[in-house]
Amino acid sequence: MIQESAVRPPLVLGDKTYSQMTEDIMKPLETKPNLLWFGAFSIAALVMTMGFALIGYLFVTGTGVWGLNKTVGWAWDITNFVFWVGIGHAGTLISAVLLLFRQKWRTSINRAAEAMTIFAVMCAGIFPVIHTGRPWLAFWMLPLPNVHGSLWVNFNSPLLWDVFAISTYLTVSLVFWYIGLIPDIATVRDRAEGLRKKIYGALAFGWNGSARTWARYEVVCLILAGLSTPLVLSVHTIVSFDFATSVIPGWHTTIFPPYFVAGAIFSGFAMVHTLMILTRSIFKLEEYVTMYHIELMNIVIIITGSVVGLAYGTEFFIAWYSGVEYEQYAFLNRAFGPFAWAYWTMITCNVITPQLFWFNSIRKSAVATFIISIFVNIGMWFERFVIIVTSLHRDYLPSSWAMYSPTFVEIGIFIGTFGLFFTLFLLFAKTLPVIALHEIKTVLKTSGEKYKQAAASRVEKGSAGESPVMPEISLARKPQQETEI
Amino acid sequence: MAHHPTEFKVEHFTFDDKLRKTLITLIVVGLVIAGLGVFMAWKGENAGHDSHGEHHSSVVEQNIPSALTSNETESKAEVAGETEKLQGEQTTDSATVQATETHVAEANTHSAHAEGHEGGHHGPIWLKRFWANILLNNFYFIGIAIFGVFFVAVQYVANAGWAVSLKRVPESFGSFLPVGFVLMLLLIPGMHHIYHWMAEGVSEVGHPNYDKIIAGKSGYLNMPFFLIRLALIFGIWILFYTIMRKLSLKEDEEGGTKNYYKSIRTSAIFIICFAFTLMMAAWDWLMSIDVHWFSTIYWVYTFAGLFVSGFVATVFFLIFLQGRGLMQHVNENHFHDLGKFIFGFSIFWTYIWVSQFLLIWYANIPEETLYYVPRFLGHYKVLFFVNLFINFLFPFLYLMTRNAKRASNSLSTIVLVLAFGHWLDLYLMIMPGVVGENNGFLMEIGFFLAYLGIFGLVVFKALSKAPLVPKNHPMLDESLHHHI
Repeated sequence: MIQESAVRPPLVLGDKTYSQMTEDIMKPLETKPNLLWFGAFSIAALVMTMGFALIGYLFVTGTGVWGLNKTVGWAWDITNFVFWVGIGHAGTLISAVLLLFRQKWRTSINRAAEAMTIFAVMCAGIFPVIHTGRPWLAFWMLPLPNVHGSLWVNFNSPLLWDVFAISTYLTVSLVFWYIGLIPDIATVRDRAEGLRKKIYGALAFGWNGSARTWARYEVVCLILAGLSTPLVLSVHTIVSFDFATSVIPGWHTTIFPPYFVAGAIFSGFAMVHTLMILTRSIFKLEEYVTMYHIELMNIVIIITGSVVGLAYGTEFFIAWYSGVEYEQYAFLNRAFGPFAWAYWTMITCNVITPQLFWFNSIRKSAVATFIISIFVNIGMWFERFVIIVTSLHRDYLPSSWAMYSPTFVEIGIFIGTFGLFFTLFLLFAKTLPVIALHEIKTVLKTSGEKYKQAAASRVEKGSAGESPVMPEISLARKPQQETEI
Repeated sequence: MAHHPTEFKVEHFTFDDKLRKTLITLIVVGLVIAGLGVFMAWKGENAGHDSHGEHHSSVVEQNIPSALTSNETESKAEVAGETEKLQGEQTTDSATVQATETHVAEANTHSAHAEGHEGGHHGPIWLKRFWANILLNNFYFIGIAIFGVFFVAVQYVANAGWAVSLKRVPESFGSFLPVGFVLMLLLIPGMHHIYHWMAEGVSEVGHPNYDKIIAGKSGYLNMPFFLIRLALIFGIWILFYTIMRKLSLKEDEEGGTKNYYKSIRTSAIFIICFAFTLMMAAWDWLMSIDVHWFSTIYWVYTFAGLFVSGFVATVFFLIFLQGRGLMQHVNENHFHDLGKFIFGFSIFWTYIWVSQFLLIWYANIPEETLYYVPRFLGHYKVLFFVNLFINFLFPFLYLMTRNAKRASNSLSTIVLVLAFGHWLDLYLMIMPGVVGENNGFLMEIGFFLAYLGIFGLVVFKALSKAPLVPKNHPMLDESLHHHI
């Protein structure tokens, strides 16, 4: 077997065997949750309940309880929607795009990232539905044959394309995630007893681990990866069309599609960090989600963060270059108008803080990464707020100019979605393996620390003399020491 | 067919006289065709002069400004209709109606300006076409050259191992950059034929050529700053190419990982610089041709096209070297990956193409649609769809199967088609703004062949100067045993 290059840091630390890996990853499922988990779960569930109570209040009284007005008819609702959809992007990127690029490190984080995607899209879906005002008629968004004569949905509207794009995205992500889970659920089943065995047995769809089962599994995964890849681009492209097809200065700009996609991946990776740094520390998974994994994700954050920064710069420059006074005003108003504080929060969090990852010590520190990931989450929320509210609040007619501030209902519902998100994630982490066990097993022999060391010592002894790789590189760049949080 | 490492030996490419002669012949043939093209264009123009003495301005009037005037009138009418429709529907969205009206008003100013230039700034069309050709081929080959450096940098930053054994090929493209710089400098005397904003007095109030919109851009679009940027762009590109090439060659001699880690750091910095410089290059050299027009995605679009032509050039040179019995370690697995990149970036290019077109078409604002009027509705209509067919539909269907990406003979078809395809894409970006409806292909084919010969001479020379495989690269073994 050809060993991978010695300059690649190991992806599984310590002296692991397949059996030990099963034990490590199954442990959180098979032991009673600790106090930390219960504490976190109670808070999350409480916040979620508050959010749903406020949604109930909204339904009873109407959208007038929000801070919207005639000029700013879209604000937190659509901001939160775009924010959550964006977060959902990392999962598909990791499961499909990184798979196509043969990135072995994805195996440690793909399961959790995909779960996160599904929960984030669920949070996102709440907002358009409650904004319609009559959520019990939400099915009208689908082009169903109806008894109202030739009454159809508006196929020209990007908002309708959103309905198709996001429902497709949710479906494919959910199926992809679940199919990937089946072999692992079977492992849980085989170790369980009683009712537990029955439940996991039903969820495992009769997985028997035969060669034929695996062959079919591989084919299905390949097809789903093929379907998911365009979805990474299409979902946020269409979300960007919600704004860019209009003629509102600050919204109508051609760079929106790729810029929104980059921003979505940026925010998605930040959220993966927020979740994974906590998870690896609570469940003691530092040997599987190593500092090297965190470092690689930090590099993705630098790249996407820089793309987003470049897009801000391009927009600003072209607004001036265009010579169109409305465009010029929209951007000056963003940076120096009444919402300048939001704009500069966005710039600080999205453009400046990720650049700190250029420093080795910050890129390789779990604590610093965790803090910066929170900054990016905040920054990406503000990005959508800035785009939406600053472009709307100054209408073409100065007599229509208005300000916007949210009411407790909007704030409460948004915080409530975080409750929903964390409730679902905590339940997932307790009931299903957070690391794709069967996938990470496939990289053990090429990228496990012990195996790499053994290969390196073979090279030093000269038994692999045919290799053109120089021996002195073999132990270069040992993985950095862990920084605990 | 993975080769066993013991079979592996460091190869050298010898640039023999026969190949050199072929390339020089190509240049000569190209220049002859180009010269013939220039002559025909010149003759055609002057013949028009003689036979239609009293209509002698008809040729001149087909120049950009006049094309723009008529186009803008069209789009203006469209927008006006749009406005009536909106009002007819008694829409309550006052903002939209008002916006549309504003745009109509602006379209008026635009056309007024265009008319203002009528008879002001004109060179002979054949001369404009000549300079447009130089720009077109400059950008095409400089694009491939800088792609080579960028590709190698990305491989370092991404810790990619598969392409190590073929990296000397894209790396050598960078050697064209200094030549490209000289060719861009040669363009300077003809630039005022291409870039309307360089005309005299466009930003001078009271001058007959005065154009309010261009004047508003003169803080960026002015000759000294333009030249500074030109020098800066090439300075950065050539500097990073030199450093990265040097590190790579040093690694061949010294071994170890010192140069490898240095290359990673250099690559990361280069990628940042590349983003800014390519952005400026796209704005300066291409977008400012249609000086009234603007699009924020334009530089991403330029970048996407350049990527496809870069991969195509890489495959072309690999197939050529394999034909000479070299680089046999590059097998169907490497071609598969290169094929996937061509497939993927063809789709990416289309994605960016659609993003720009759809958003402009949907919003239908005159100052934006003016770019698409000659292309989508006017004289270039056929080529517009040919472009989309060649650069999207063809590679999309052709490269769909696994086998199409793995066989070098099926890849050579795609190389030939896409090499033309992205040249045509640049043609459509440049020609309508420079020569209006007086475009052609004879001169263009000649110049393309001549440039191809020059590019070949430079790249083959660079290839012959270093071993074809970086023998001490720490990931070479992975690349030699690449298997998918």
